[in-house]
Amino acid sequence: MKPILITNARLLDPASGLDTTGSLLIQDGRIASLKGAPAEGADTFDAAGACLSPGLVDMRASIGEPGGEHRETIASAAQAAAAGGITTVAVLPDTQPALDDPALVEFVIRRGEATGSLTLLPFAAATKRCEGKDLSEFGLLREAGAVGFSDGSHAIANARTMRLALSYARNFGAMVVQHPEEPSLAGNGAATEGELATRLGLPAIPAAAEAILVARDIALARLTSGHVHFGHVSTAAALDLIRAAKAEGLKVTCDTAPPYFDLNETAIGDYRTYAKLSPPLRRDEDRLAVVAALADGTIDAIASDHQPRDADDKRLPFAQAEAGGVGLATLLGITLARVHGEDLKLLEALALLTHKPAKLLGLEAGRLAEGAPADLCLFWLDRGWQVKAGALAGKAQNSPFDGRALEGKVMATFKAGRRVFAA
Amino acid sequence: MSFSYPILPTGHLLAIEGLEAPHISALLDLAESYALLNRQGKTQRDLLRGRTLINLFFEDSTRTRTSFELAGKRLGADVINMSVSNSSVNKGETLLDTASTLNAMHTDLLVIRHSQSGAPALLSQKVDAAVINAGDGLHEHPTQALLDALTIRRHKGRLDSLVVAICGDVLHSRVARSNIHLLSAMGARVRVVGPPTLIPAECGRLGVEVFHDMRAGLDGADVVMMLRLQKERMSGGLVPSPREYFRFYGLDAAKLASAKPDAIVMHPGPMNRGVEIDSAVADDPERSVIGEQVEMGVAVRMAVLDVLSRDLRRNA
Repeated sequence: MKPILITNARLLDPASGLDTTGSLLIQDGRIASLKGAPAEGADTFDAAGACLSPGLVDMRASIGEPGGEHRETIASAAQAAAAGGITTVAVLPDTQPALDDPALVEFVIRRGEATGSLTLLPFAAATKRCEGKDLSEFGLLREAGAVGFSDGSHAIANARTMRLALSYARNFGAMVVQHPEEPSLAGNGAATEGELATRLGLPAIPAAAEAILVARDIALARLTSGHVHFGHVSTAAALDLIRAAKAEGLKVTCDTAPPYFDLNETAIGDYRTYAKLSPPLRRDEDRLAVVAALADGTIDAIASDHQPRDADDKRLPFAQAEAGGVGLATLLGITLARVHGEDLKLLEALALLTHKPAKLLGLEAGRLAEGAPADLCLFWLDRGWQVKAGALAGKAQNSPFDGRALEGKVMATFKAGRRVFAA
Repeated sequence: MSFSYPILPTGHLLAIEGLEAPHISALLDLAESYALLNRQGKTQRDLLRGRTLINLFFEDSTRTRTSFELAGKRLGADVINMSVSNSSVNKGETLLDTASTLNAMHTDLLVIRHSQSGAPALLSQKVDAAVINAGDGLHEHPTQALLDALTIRRHKGRLDSLVVAICGDVLHSRVARSNIHLLSAMGARVRVVGPPTLIPAECGRLGVEVFHDMRAGLDGADVVMMLRLQKERMSGGLVPSPREYFRFYGLDAAKLASAKPDAIVMHPGPMNRGVEIDSAVADDPERSVIGEQVEMGVAVRMAVLDVLSRDLRRNA
């Protein structure tokens, strides 16, 4: 493959703090130089002043395949990811079948490689069939390439099971990713508890359902010295607990997803099922607490929390509709809204999308450094666009951000030195 | 009528929340005139002649369905009752499949009851008919609130500044929610009374005063509105037992004595006698207006059908 020289780019590497205008040379799928020395016979790509960051690392997403191909395939998810500047996705294991067997883990990795544009790294099921009962084969799954263990959108509800998972995962240097919601309190709730759910007559989930499981699992992390990672943290109470646990030195980390710092519960007004998510969108006080926790480092990463759904899953009365929203194509744009809103600095925001999640997953991705893989995201910081369900890249279109105007758009995505998306 | 703008501007009746006092008063005035006609035995069979009214009930109901059927027939509509059992829903026919079937039938007026909050709103986006919510999940039951208001107004002469105590299982009650919105919009002082396990979160932000003690809640009330407690919620789910519930929250003469001497007693039916209400109170002709609520139900539904079909008639 010919070398590629990307010229006239704002080079951004959150890991090193690099923020300078210059050129980047790609050779043999890796970043050969940040110095701008032109190589013989290189193709030149003029970035015209756009930002060049490491390709985004999405540390928690669900993809329709295997089992939900009518919603989305790995190939269509890869298109959405490329359009979103994402080059690595860690996928949740609660597929059909669940990723509780080394062969399935290898299958997902291979299917990712086959896209040519996206590295897929599976979390393996923490318990067999993600049923929350018997531990799966952590050691064999880890050898097969699992980046951690999780039951996906099922909370590991039983405290003993969680204790065993944390202590056993530690043995293999892996984290356990929890869906932090106490199921016996959440019940079949469809919205966050409060005035709006009362008005709409929807079964509700109190914010405390999140804090309860977070508090319990922090105690278990203390007990086992294991590493617990909380997905999509959405409430002030849970973030306070996590902040304190980190101060104590426990191996406790967390991510959140764009809906939880960009939207609040009012997005479900008039029973808008595209805004039905799990956990539910919260009140604005909680959203503001998430923003604050992004800024102060309590939150380690922003994940897309991508959940493909088809029209039949969503065109139902609110409580019967499936929860979940797509998030690959909008991950960067919604995050940049917090930069434009002056809650986060650009490098801080990018860190949450690149080297910080990469570090949690134990990857070398997420850095703009000589010798690193040439997984790159080139984006216009200020270019406006509007999210339109139906017009997003990929098959699944259930975006909770439908109609949202954004500043910040992906111009091109490179995977291992090859351009896989161009706007 | 002197009312110069549409009484139901959306063309549907999906909820009371969002309606303002002039709309509500106009509906009640029209319903009052229908109540009078009904008592005189007069009908208006030409008003909805040739129009199709479908009662689409996804939940069992005798009282509300019959009331809409009677209202439609008194106005001359062709009334069809469709009871959709859960089994056919489980076969995979979705609400929106049903909507396209109804469109193909050229339905003019669609009355829907559904166990899911928001189902009538979803349907209204997809059908050509004017949609009337006859109860959706825990959300609203607008015609019940209108008939309750009409009944109160006939007895008290007004709604403004009356003290109305809504008692019992407010959490699961669409009747309570619609009544709270309607009575608050009309200037009444609304209280809700019940055990904490049966009061929804942040209920006070709906503009009501919350009481957990029945006597305190009824103190000085002009209207006592009882709610039905579903059987499956009586035994350990949300209250420990029917007898404990009756002891603390069942309306009997002793508790009613806290209300004003001329306070009226209401219930949307069907009643659980000896659970939320004592028979002696329910059947006391001096206090109970439960029978009249049923009568006003037909008049209110005639008024709603009349208003929602005006556009159809104008375009005809």
